[in-house]
Amino acid sequence: MIGQLIDGPLWYFSLAVFGVGMLYRLYSILRAGVKPDLAPPRAGGGAGALRNLFSRFVPRRDVATRGRLTLIAGYLFHLGLFALLFFAQPHVDFLAERITGFGWPALPYWAFIISAELAFVGLLLLWLHRLLHPVTRLLSSVDDHIGTGLVFLVMLSGCLALAQAFEPLRLLHLFLAELLLIYFPFSSLMHTFTFVFSRGYTGAMMGRKGVNA
Amino acid sequence: MSHDFAKGVAALESQIDSRVAAYFSSCVHCGLCAEACLFYTETQDPRYTPIYKLEPMRRLWKEQHTFWGKFAIKLGLSKPLSDQDFADWEELVYDSCTLCGRCSMVCPVGNDITYMIRKEREGFAAAGYTPPGLQEATHRALTIGSPMGVTLKTLQAALRHVERNTGLSIPMDRQGADYMALFSSMEVVNFPEYIESVACIFDAARVSWTISSQAFEATNSGIQIGSREAAREIVGRVVDAAESLGVKYVISPECGHAYTAIRWEGPNLIGRPYKFEIIHILELLDQLQQEGRLKLSGLTETPLTFHDPCQIVRRGGVIEPPRDLLGKVASGFVEMADHGEMNWCCGGGGGVSANERAEGLRLKVFDRKRKQLEALGVKTLVTACANCRIVLEEGIEDRDMDVEVIGLTELVAEHLAAAPAASSTGSE
Ligand code: SF4
Ligand code: SF4
Repeated sequence: MIGQLIDGPLWYFSLAVFGVGMLYRLYSILRAGVKPDLAPPRAGGGAGALRNLFSRFVPRRDVATRGRLTLIAGYLFHLGLFALLFFAQPHVDFLAERITGFGWPALPYWAFIISAELAFVGLLLLWLHRLLHPVTRLLSSVDDHIGTGLVFLVMLSGCLALAQAFEPLRLLHLFLAELLLIYFPFSSLMHTFTFVFSRGYTGAMMGRKGVNA
Repeated sequence: MSHDFAKGVAALESQIDSRVAAYFSSCVHCGLCAEACLFYTETQDPRYTPIYKLEPMRRLWKEQHTFWGKFAIKLGLSKPLSDQDFADWEELVYDSCTLCGRCSMVCPVGNDITYMIRKEREGFAAAGYTPPGLQEATHRALTIGSPMGVTLKTLQAALRHVERNTGLSIPMDRQGADYMALFSSMEVVNFPEYIESVACIFDAARVSWTISSQAFEATNSGIQIGSREAAREIVGRVVDAAESLGVKYVISPECGHAYTAIRWEGPNLIGRPYKFEIIHILELLDQLQQEGRLKLSGLTETPLTFHDPCQIVRRGGVIEPPRDLLGKVASGFVEMADHGEMNWCCGGGGGVSANERAEGLRLKVFDRKRKQLEALGVKTLVTACANCRIVLEEGIEDRDMDVEVIGLTELVAEHLAAAPAASSTGSE
């Protein structure tokens, strides 16, 4: 009964909350509007926006040294999570069956394990840093901890479910993922999408000034 | 100054545009921006984390633009922004931010934190929470025409000195000249040698130029304090003067904030493009040099380095001209490890140097520049902003360092190739 609920209606409900919520958040950003810049530009804003969208994946030298831990942990977590989310065999099957209608090559089991380990190490380091460093401690809100906690639980249950091939664990994993989807649009997890706007806006403004942001 | 919380909130609210909304939505509270800000690196005080300086604006955005924010306020789970928040953050917003823009270069999600702090100041100014030093400077800029109280008479006295020293006559209110030059009060009062250098260079390069008696001040305290109305009024004077003289270009002086004010903010403040172009003095010198009109000779051999004024370089985009010019006049030019668009601020931009209350902190964060200079071991520091220059000189004195600061335009003027015979400037 609960299994059916998790596998069926709750999945679609969470997906709907995620989709509608995310679109609403993006709409509320765009609705605020930006005034056109009347200062004659030195170069095109579009090229600047595009450049910044990609160049920010690589940190600046100085901050790469000072913020080494955050950056390394950030890369490990994001790359590991990306690999797990889109290339773990059960995810490929699930997405193909429920959303895309087609599949793609998945990670071999050993690569899945490595990705999971990297993602866990990254996430735990980021979380520890958040809890211990005076700057991140000051900045962090309950939202940051709920978001991190949920992602952690989803990853943990997912790994256990795959390792144990135990149906209740799979359901628990799906249930937690659904909670995460519902929570997503209300939280700073939204940076997954809004970073495109942030980098774009900044890149365009700086590009107009002739500066590689 | 009287406080008006409602006005402050309304002003702050009006500053929240798509960019601000995207930035707050994207912030993951990673703290990396702190590592780029000299106020944090030199004090290790987490309150000086750039994004933390935006807490009042972020809370207002959350209250008004997010579901949780509205919900939490309704349930009494979070407190709405209060007058006390303005009072508590005033020092963070003004004393510990030079609007240098370095944090905006490193945020992994791409937030332009500086853009937001500039906007946040609009709310603080409207609420009446601003440093007295900046209030006075803005008042003087509006009533006298200069944040330092420099009047036309003071300028004329400085120009007479220049004329005596150079034998040139400085053109004033010359209708139809190509270029109208602006100065910063700091240049008029503390570095008149800048004006002298400009006069000599323009004479040698046969530049048709003038100064306007109606608007010669380039700086804009309105922008530093965060008052759009004051900023618009100050920019408007320059625009009126330039358009009535019919010049093709207005020359922004070395001063960094003046450049941002007149070049990038100005048209947006008055709501239309200008009928003339803005050119920074370094861009013009570089252009004249490339066209062969500015002939330079000899090279300074002393090892020297360049301090990039944030508003000219990182926030202004004039990155290569100072380097081109230095390459033409100095053989011992070396770059600091972090330079160009990633330079470290002198500590006195964004109105901090006009804010006496912030002096102790400003001198403390000068340590960043001290470390850069000591790592390089160079004893001559060239810069291109009168404000940076005075702040650097004060820091150097405070730290008992043996470093000389010189202005780039003056250095260029010292290398002017001997002209056949001096004519009166403003010819052509
Ligand atoms: S670096 Fe960017 S994302 Fe990180 S705390 Fe600062 S503003 Fe937020
Ligand atoms: S603009 Fe400069 S001084 Fe202001 S917060 Fe950013 S790095 Fe610090």
